Amino acid sequence: MYGLGILKGLWVTLRHFILTFVDDFRWLGKRYYTKEGIAHRMSTDARGIFTVQYPEEKLPVPEEFRYVPFLIYDEGENGERVDRCTSCGICAKVCPPQCIWIVRTNDPVTGRPIPAPKEFYIDVDICMNCGLCAEYCPFDAIKMDHDYELSVYDRHAKNIFDKEKLLKSASYYASIRPVNASREDAARLEAEAAKAARKAAAAAG
Amino acid sequence: MSEQVVVEKTGLELQLPESLADALTRDERKGYTGYLVTPDKLVEFATYLRDELAYDYLTSVTGVDYLPEGKFEVVYHAFRSTGGPALVFKTQVPREQPNVPSLVSVFPGAELQEREIWDLFGIRFDGHPDLRRILMWEGFDGHPLRKDWREAYFEEEGKPFKSRWPEGSAWRSEDKNLFHKNVDYPAGFDPEGWVPEGEAALYGGIAKVEIPGDTVGMGTDTLIVNLGPQHPSTHGVFRMLVRLEGETIVDLKPVMGYLHRNHEKIGERNTFLQNIPFTDRLDYFSSMSNNFGYVLAVEKLMGVKPPERAEYIRVMMAELTRISNHLAAIGFLLNDLGAYFTPILYAFEERELILDVFEAVAGSRMMCNYYRFGGVARDLPEGTLERIRQIVFDRLPRKIDDLDLFLTNNEIIRNRAEGVGVLTPEKAIAYSAVGPLLRASGVPYDIRRADPYSIYDRFDFDVAVRYHGDVYDRYLIRMDEIRQSIRIIQQVVDGIPEGPIQEGKPQYQVRVPAGEAYGRVEGPKGELGFYVISNGKPNPWRYHVRAPSFINVTPLAEMAKGNKVADAVIILGSIDIVLGETDR
Repeated sequence: MYGLGILKGLWVTLRHFILTFVDDFRWLGKRYYTKEGIAHRMSTDARGIFTVQYPEEKLPVPEEFRYVPFLIYDEGENGERVDRCTSCGICAKVCPPQCIWIVRTNDPVTGRPIPAPKEFYIDVDICMNCGLCAEYCPFDAIKMDHDYELSVYDRHAKNIFDKEKLLKSASYYASIRPVNASREDAARLEAEAAKAARKAAAAAG
Repeated sequence: MSEQVVVEKTGLELQLPESLADALTRDERKGYTGYLVTPDKLVEFATYLRDELAYDYLTSVTGVDYLPEGKFEVVYHAFRSTGGPALVFKTQVPREQPNVPSLVSVFPGAELQEREIWDLFGIRFDGHPDLRRILMWEGFDGHPLRKDWREAYFEEEGKPFKSRWPEGSAWRSEDKNLFHKNVDYPAGFDPEGWVPEGEAALYGGIAKVEIPGDTVGMGTDTLIVNLGPQHPSTHGVFRMLVRLEGETIVDLKPVMGYLHRNHEKIGERNTFLQNIPFTDRLDYFSSMSNNFGYVLAVEKLMGVKPPERAEYIRVMMAELTRISNHLAAIGFLLNDLGAYFTPILYAFEERELILDVFEAVAGSRMMCNYYRFGGVARDLPEGTLERIRQIVFDRLPRKIDDLDLFLTNNEIIRNRAEGVGVLTPEKAIAYSAVGPLLRASGVPYDIRRADPYSIYDRFDFDVAVRYHGDVYDRYLIRMDEIRQSIRIIQQVVDGIPEGPIQEGKPQYQVRVPAGEAYGRVEGPKGELGFYVISNGKPNPWRYHVRAPSFINVTPLAEMAKGNKVADAVIILGSIDIVLGETDR
């Protein structure tokens, strides 16, 4: 029968429409603006409407989600900040759009380089969020952030991030990427233990 | 030609007629394969190749600038449409007089590619029917892919730039070179009164079509209409110049390049690794497949093979990409057909689930940057495999059937799409059509079967093929391919082994031995090839993308002729182009 195909198609849209309300009733107002509601709408069991009302609702980001990089500092014993960055420059070398630039510290007396950055800049307008800097940093000093709401009124004044703006604490990093942080911490402790053992062995030998 | 004496020449595996025997030599350079053909015998050799040796499918044509040797080289990759590896042949011309005979008369699929080479290298193709610039704008000075051409704000030949570390001096281009000083006009030039040369050639080219006299109805003039570049149905900034007789299209010329950013020049400045995130930006609907093709090409040069688990993950991600791309393609095609935004949102709902997987695995929904040389960037996070399992075993099969019920037998769609934009199999092969466009025309050519790469030979799936070659079949074939991809992913999820995901230690500065390699994958839009030449330095000497969205535009005029102007939109939609890849 001519037109049957259209009717069948309309049945699919009608069912979709109805299912949205069925789900609304089942969740009794909890389908929207709640964590569980969002998780339900993202799941493979979702039926009916699946859109999210940004910015009132936000999709949770997975651990591996990456946005512009930040630098990590460890909290020292007296609360001082200890930069992990040694200004080795691998991130600046690997960066595809070349948006990272680093000024190395030189010892004022000998003129030799000191493993700490004097200045560290990232032009976040140019950054393509590829995550290569974080991937290849040997000191776990630069990592990708989860904060994606970076709009500003004046990009010329605001969008070249300096060291002050980039530095965030190791505990912040552990809060956004718990699995990665614990794995890296374990690997670092192991490496340090191995180094200490080697040293002890050398001292004894 | 069969009467000619066929001679055996030492060192060549090809049997050649006597007239060609002296024209051909083996490419002896280290790391190179294929044959060198002298330019004067090129057309004869190509004809022989097509007619006698059955290499009827010329998919890739590109140029290389060997500046130190003072030579340009044009590289051709020809295949048999029944499957098998490539036959590579090249021709060399001096840089001072770069003239190469055009192969458009033998392989019409070379048309846009030769124009691209003319545009970017300045190699003239004698006998080309319409040799104009294609990606750069008319009036552009120079040919940007020549090695002695330098871009604005040029800093260094190759990254990493020395200014970034350890002295850390960088700047914003616009601070240094303000916009109003960015353009230098020659003395006495008035930009307001200037009409680009190529524009006249474009309109002139399309006006040459002869309209047979209409004696029955009213005599009407033909009309030239510009569809695009600013038009929602062109999927970006694509322009179709059509000549209409009433409502019927008599000729069509595609105009592109509005999104051109010279991806290949950027690629030659980048290191090998830095190119991976840039490939994401080609066809931004299927970044995983783009990664795959590029990584395969460089792995061929490096001679590394990823471990088992990485191979499985790669195939899984590439197939998920295919599904999400085809869902978007179907949705947009329906948009073009007038089913405004309901089908596309239904399709996007499923695509969303796949993008969530990408985000969890790769960190980004669309710019995945996930494949590495000899593996993948990171292992699957916990729970991801379970989620993929739910998607491919439960959710997607159900939802694809739903979409089928929703759309496939809709009478309006069938009336609009059946018999429209027909491309015959012979023409599809001649025009180097690839992917769903080729297979919907009845040519069962799928690189995953025709020239298997990675571990596709282990999986059980069918090459989807449809035989009418019209818009409706191009819709159906995408549904078929989604179903086949689901089949593949089901096998991957069941068979994926534990183990490492990276061969050797991850390195940020890979050593790539000198040589050439052509890596190609069956991307969602068709053959996506990467032609990479290394000279042993950290940056590739040549980095070429054989873009399916670009080359699939070649038969557009052929398909559109004789159809109504409203159908031009759906014919373009059925090719499924992405302008990020078309314009590169």
